[in-house]
Amino acid sequence: MYQIVKKRQLNQDVVLMEVKAPYVAAKAQAGQFIIFRVDEQGERVPLTVADYDRHAGTVTIIFQTVGNSTKELAELGEGDYIQDFVGPLGIASHFDGVKKACVIGGGVGCAIAYPQAKALFNMGVDVDLIAGFRNKDIVILEDEMKAVCNRFVLCTDDGSYGKKGFVTQALQELLDEGNRYDVVVAIGPIPMMKFVCEVTKPYNMKTMVSLNPIMIDGTGMCGGCRVTVGGEIKFACVDGPDFDGHQVDFDELMRRNSFYREQERSKECRLIGGKGE
Amino acid sequence: MPRNMSLTKVPMPAQDPNVRNKNFEEVTLGYTPEMAMEEAGRCLHCPKMPCVSGCPVNIKIPDFIAKVAEGDFKAAYEIISSTNSLPAISGRVCPQENQCEGKCVRGIKGEPVAIGRLERFVADWAMENLHEEVKKPAPNGHKVAIIGAGPSGLTCAGDLIKQGYDVTIFEAFHKAGGVLVYGIPEFRLPKAIVQKEIDKLVAMGVKIETDMVIGKVLSIDELFDMGYEAIFIGSGAGLPGFMGIPGEGLVGVYSANEFLTRINLMKAYKENYDTPIHRSRAVAVVGGGNVAMDAARCAKRLGAEHVYIVYRRSEAEMPARKEEIEHAKEEGIEFLLLTNPTKILGDEKGWVCGMECAKMELGEPDASGRRRPVKIEGSEFVLDVDAAIMALGTSPNPLIRSTTKGLEANKRGCLIADDTMKTTREGVYAGGDAVTGAATVILAMGAGKTAAQSMDRYIQEKNQ
Repeated sequence: MYQIVKKRQLNQDVVLMEVKAPYVAAKAQAGQFIIFRVDEQGERVPLTVADYDRHAGTVTIIFQTVGNSTKELAELGEGDYIQDFVGPLGIASHFDGVKKACVIGGGVGCAIAYPQAKALFNMGVDVDLIAGFRNKDIVILEDEMKAVCNRFVLCTDDGSYGKKGFVTQALQELLDEGNRYDVVVAIGPIPMMKFVCEVTKPYNMKTMVSLNPIMIDGTGMCGGCRVTVGGEIKFACVDGPDFDGHQVDFDELMRRNSFYREQERSKECRLIGGKGE
Repeated sequence: MPRNMSLTKVPMPAQDPNVRNKNFEEVTLGYTPEMAMEEAGRCLHCPKMPCVSGCPVNIKIPDFIAKVAEGDFKAAYEIISSTNSLPAISGRVCPQENQCEGKCVRGIKGEPVAIGRLERFVADWAMENLHEEVKKPAPNGHKVAIIGAGPSGLTCAGDLIKQGYDVTIFEAFHKAGGVLVYGIPEFRLPKAIVQKEIDKLVAMGVKIETDMVIGKVLSIDELFDMGYEAIFIGSGAGLPGFMGIPGEGLVGVYSANEFLTRINLMKAYKENYDTPIHRSRAVAVVGGGNVAMDAARCAKRLGAEHVYIVYRRSEAEMPARKEEIEHAKEEGIEFLLLTNPTKILGDEKGWVCGMECAKMELGEPDASGRRRPVKIEGSEFVLDVDAAIMALGTSPNPLIRSTTKGLEANKRGCLIADDTMKTTREGVYAGGDAVTGAATVILAMGAGKTAAQSMDRYIQEKNQ
């Protein structure tokens, strides 16, 4: 059992938790993820490591309440326990030789873009950070992100805060200004990552994306998380979750992620009445 | 004691096929004490005991059967458990026809003695009736680590704890048992029985640390630094294979590991568990091993109208147990033999809507001695299915060997170990599917047993 030592609501749907998990905290690196299971009847759900404190033995996760399991997790408070918290899983991000980078976060994806930007910034890389949100009300981690980049661009789809428009427009502007990046890191909803890749492709600019397929074990034993990268089958949990965005079949990933949508909805309906036999 | 010269085994009661293919409860119901005593009377007590040589964990078979015939089930249990830590499991899932029963003299003329059913009876009887305080062995002051809580790791732990070792098992999943909990379905091996066997080990003092992915959370080197004097790797062969044919990325294509993990470990078929599973109308299961039979029978129980086993050779070459093939047929699984998928077809949403297959014929024998299937040109046809489960076999996960210096593996990714289960790294032993590639539960248990002896000898010699 893993204790929640801190909980903070970042916006209406996004929650930050620090979880006591000394083994995970000792090894976690940017780009890796954990799998949690709320309780005995729970499912296994992956979440990216947003931060860690090796000394305190805690790992920070940031998640959006999008379904049954994240809602159950969000209902827990400081001092409560999570049944399982496995990690760190996946391969850590590698940024050897990078001098200038652009990190792009979309919505709750900023929770994952943030540790990547932080890792790069702490390596002395010149980091431009673009954070995109639907509107002002859901902006998260603004101060944290500002602190780990050289240039910060915040945009909202409706223009209610920061620049008006999508992250792809902000990226195009930076490119039009003559900025060239050794790597672009895009993390957010699948369509956003796909469109970022379309922007960088003509520049032949290396673009890393963090994929979020459906997972069960997270250790490479089932292939539920398989994605097609460069025409080959890869397991995101062991070969990723970071991949070269120009090689990823995003449309297939989107289709595969829709598989259990109906069951997810019916579980949510049942959740209102609590778990019954 | 009266000798029973019947040529056939005392039949074991089972659920009706058309009832059981709609539930996940155990198919076979086990012997009553009377049936067990009657069957035990069929053993001739041959002086050479060929049956024992067929048992990878060396159960003293005629001895325990003699006690069953007398009705002294407690004594029978003590004989079995002196060499086998998990009899309720091996009695159910061993391919006895190739092991102990394959060597039984009664099998020359008629059916062999039902050794597996008798072992199962004794183990189940003991679980029901023996509630003695477990004796904790006196500690010998040495620490050992076991990676993986599957059949090899549990057996190794059971043997080492009996010798006084301080034993810790590190398991990646949230539950111990390995393939016994995520792979083999409830209707063949009830999970409550697996848990009871594991609880016995814990009562003897075995510590089980779940959520510990060795190779990620801790390395082999770090385990040595923590004071473990010898390490056993029983991490199995959990990496699923795919065919590499078009359409394997479609929605509705699973590895058997994924399908079975959702059902068995995550209990997706139960309403009050959160993990979802899609209920398909018609399912193709590709493969002919026990895993394929398990997946097909699970798919049927989830309500599929048609479940097909698609296998490229003929029934004679099927690696699955005869009993499982028979059970699957009784439950209405349809067998498409000498048939191989060439393409999985998808609809406009990207969901499976069919499987293109080709008919095969058997050619010359290949390296494995089995006749190689050859495609009959122009024989393609489309099977109407909305899900496909690939049960093509598995290979060892590279996580541990890729993070451990000096631990060598062969071309297939299997760890190299000698007859004593010693690997190429000092103090590290390995066994089960991690060494052999996907094999059987009982071979894994046998390997765990051998490794326990080797680890004991290694630590004793090192500390002299």
